[in-house]
Amino acid sequence: MRTRLYVVDRVYLDHAATTPVDPAVAEAMARTLRDVSGNPSSIYAEGRAARAAVDRAREQVAAAIGAHPTEIVFTSGGTEADNLALRGVLKARRGERHALVTTAIEHHAVIDTAHDLERHEAVRLRVVGVDANGVVSVDAIGEAIDADTALVSVMHANNEIGTLEPVAAIGAVCRERGVSFHSDAVQSVGALDVDVRKIPVDLLSVNAHKFYGPKGVGALYVRSGTRIATIQTGGGQEKGRRTGTENVPGIVGLGLALEIAGQRRATESPRQARLRDRIIAGVRERIRDAVLTGHPSERLPNNASFCIPGTQGEDLIVALDLEGFAVSSGSACTSGETEPSHVLLALGLDREIAKGSLRVTVGRSTTEADVDGFVAALARVVTRLRDAAAVPA
Amino acid sequence: MSGDRVFVAMSGGVDSSVAAAILKERGEEVVGVWMRLVPASADVDAPRCCGTDEAGEDARQAAAVLGIPFYALDYADLFGERVVDRFVDSYAAGETPNPCVACNEHLKFDALLRDVVRKFGGTRLATGHYARVRTDADGGHHLLRARHEAKDQSYALYMLGQRELSRTVFPIGELRDKAETRAIAARLGLPTASKAESMDVCFAPGDYRDLVRRRAPEAFVRGPIEDLDGTTIGTHAGIGALTVGQRSGVGVATGERLYVLRLEPDRRAAIVGTREQVTRTTYELADVSFVAGRPPADEFETSAVLRYRGIPLAASARVHGSDATLELAAPALVAPGQAAVFYEGDEVIGGGVVRRSSR
Repeated sequence: MRTRLYVVDRVYLDHAATTPVDPAVAEAMARTLRDVSGNPSSIYAEGRAARAAVDRAREQVAAAIGAHPTEIVFTSGGTEADNLALRGVLKARRGERHALVTTAIEHHAVIDTAHDLERHEAVRLRVVGVDANGVVSVDAIGEAIDADTALVSVMHANNEIGTLEPVAAIGAVCRERGVSFHSDAVQSVGALDVDVRKIPVDLLSVNAHKFYGPKGVGALYVRSGTRIATIQTGGGQEKGRRTGTENVPGIVGLGLALEIAGQRRATESPRQARLRDRIIAGVRERIRDAVLTGHPSERLPNNASFCIPGTQGEDLIVALDLEGFAVSSGSACTSGETEPSHVLLALGLDREIAKGSLRVTVGRSTTEADVDGFVAALARVVTRLRDAAAVPA
Repeated sequence: MSGDRVFVAMSGGVDSSVAAAILKERGEEVVGVWMRLVPASADVDAPRCCGTDEAGEDARQAAAVLGIPFYALDYADLFGERVVDRFVDSYAAGETPNPCVACNEHLKFDALLRDVVRKFGGTRLATGHYARVRTDADGGHHLLRARHEAKDQSYALYMLGQRELSRTVFPIGELRDKAETRAIAARLGLPTASKAESMDVCFAPGDYRDLVRRRAPEAFVRGPIEDLDGTTIGTHAGIGALTVGQRSGVGVATGERLYVLRLEPDRRAAIVGTREQVTRTTYELADVSFVAGRPPADEFETSAVLRYRGIPLAASARVHGSDATLELAAPALVAPGQAAVFYEGDEVIGGGVVRRSSR
C-alpha cells in the first residue's frame, strides 16, 4: 500500500526494523491511556483496573506462545528481555556455573551483552560460528557446552538474513545436558507459530513493535523453575523479576497485537512468503550476480536479503529512499557504519561483497505491485550505482 | 523519480541550513546531505568540525525542521587523505596550506558532486558558500564574489570550472549580510540560527600546530632564524609553526619588526627581514585552472588575491600549461601553499597554488 510522505509515494519494505501499529492496537492503547489511570500495584479500584488490563495482556501473550501467564515478564522491549535473560541467569548461577554459549550472528542485544559479561563479570564466553546459510550446527552447540555452562542463547530467526535456527533441536540438547536455553525470538514471534510447548526453551525474548504493536515494550518468557535473578532493583513489580511501574498502555498493545498476529498468521505468513519469493525471483532475474543471503528456504516468511556486488549498502538505501522505497542494509542498528555487519561476515562472505548488503522485509500492507515496483527501482538504482563506480572523474 | 532535485551540502552550520531553506521556499525539491569527514569511532580528542557527529546532528535537526530528506554520507577516508594528510605534509614542508581549497576541490565539488549526480540522480548541488554564479545567455557560467563582501568565499572556490558551476547553486551568495542569513534562520526556527562561528581550521580546533606537531614531529625541531646575510639571529621552535609573511617576534630581540621572508625546510632555517627587505614580485604557480576553461590570454593583467580575505594586488600572469608565473606590480610576501586567485573586478577568473621556491 502506498502512503504519502514528503513529495513521493512511499513503499515501506523494512518490517524487520519495525512495523506500523495495527489500528485496533492503537485504539486499545489510546483507550487505556484515557481510561485506565491507576497504578497496577495500588489496591484500590483504579489500581485494580490497571492490574486487570496488565493481567489480560499477560494472558494474551501466554496463550500466543503456549505458556502460563506467570511465566511472562514484561520489559521495555527486546533488548531488555535479552539483557534480563543473559545477565539474570548468569547472575543467578554465579559461584556455580560461569559459562555462556552463543552464536556469531546474534543481535547486538545478545552478542554485546555476552561480551560485556565476559569482560566485566568473569563469564566464560563461547561463540559458535554458522555455516554459509547462517545456520548454527546443533552438534557445535553440544560441543561448546561443558560442566560450567549456565546458559545457551541462540536466536530463533536472524534479523538481517532471516535464517531460522534449529532451536527445537538445540533446546533438546540443552535440556539433556541440564543447561538453561534462551532464544531471542524477536523476529519470529507473530510471524511464526512459536510455542514453548514444542520448543524446549527456558527463556524467550519478544518485542511488540515487530508484530504491529507499540515500540518500547516487550516480554521475556521464563519457564517455571528457571533460575533467574533480577538485574534492576526497585519496587518489586513483575514478581521481582523486572521491577518498575508497568507500561500499562504498551503492555495492553503488546497483548492485543500478539493476539491479532496469531489470528492472521495462517493467511498472512504464506501470503508474505509468496511476496518474498517474488522479490527473490525478480532480483535474481534483473540482477544476475545478486547473492541471496541466508537460508534459501528455512527463512522468515517476510525476509528477502541480498548482497549486490559492486554497490555499497548505504548508497542503495539512499538511492532507493529517493525513489520512494524504505529498505535497509545489514541491521538497522548498525546503519551509518560502512563496515559490513558481523552477521554477514560470519557467513564467510567476501568483505567487499558484504558491503553491498540489502534487506527487504515485506509486511501486511505490501502488495504485488509494491514488490514489482521495488524490483524495477532496484534494477535502475543498481545500474546507476555501478555506472557511477565504473567511471572515474 | 522526479526531474530536478537539488542536493544541499549541510554542515550543521547556519549558512548551509539557510541555503537549504531558501531553496525549499522557492519550491525546489531539496535533499540535505551531510558529509562525515572524521571517522565515527574517532576518540574524544578528535577534532570538532563540520564533519563530526555533533555537527551531523545539527544538520539532521535543521533538515527535519525544513521537512527535507536528509542523509549522512561518509567521506572520512577521502578527507583524511586529500585534506588532513596534505595539510600536515604541507606545513612540514614549510608551506601554508589552505585546507578549505582542498576540501572544495576534492570533497565537495568532486566526490560529493559526482555522487549526487551519478549515484543519487541529483541535478544540482547547493552549498552554504558566500559566492555567486552567473550564467550568460550563451550558457557560460561565471563565478562572482558574494554580494556580502565581508563574508565572500569566492577565493576558496577558484578551481570550479564550467562543468562544476553548471550544477552548482550558492543560495546565500545573494544575501546582503550575515544578519539576513540569521534572520532567515530565526524566522524558520532553524536550530542553528544562533550558532557561533568558528574561525579555526575545521579539523584542528584551537591551535592547528598541535595537529601538525602530533602528526609530523620532524616539523617541530628547532632551527635557526637568520637575516638576509645568513647571520643567525635567533632560534625558532620548528618550521611547522611558521608562515611566510608572519611577524617573527619569538626569539628575536633586535627592536626591528621582522617578518618571515621564506622557510628553508631542508636546513630548517627561517629567513627574516624588515618590510623594506621584501623585494620579491615574482611567484610561480602550479595546478592553475580557469573558470572559463582557458585563460583570457597567455599573458593577462589581473587583480591577484593571495590569501583568504586578502587584498587584491595588481599583477600580471603568464600561463604555461598548468603552471603560471605571477608578476606583482609591487613586492609582497606570499606563503607557498596558498592559493593565488585571479580576479577581474568581482569575477573570479581562475587561480593556482603558490609554489615553494629555493630563492
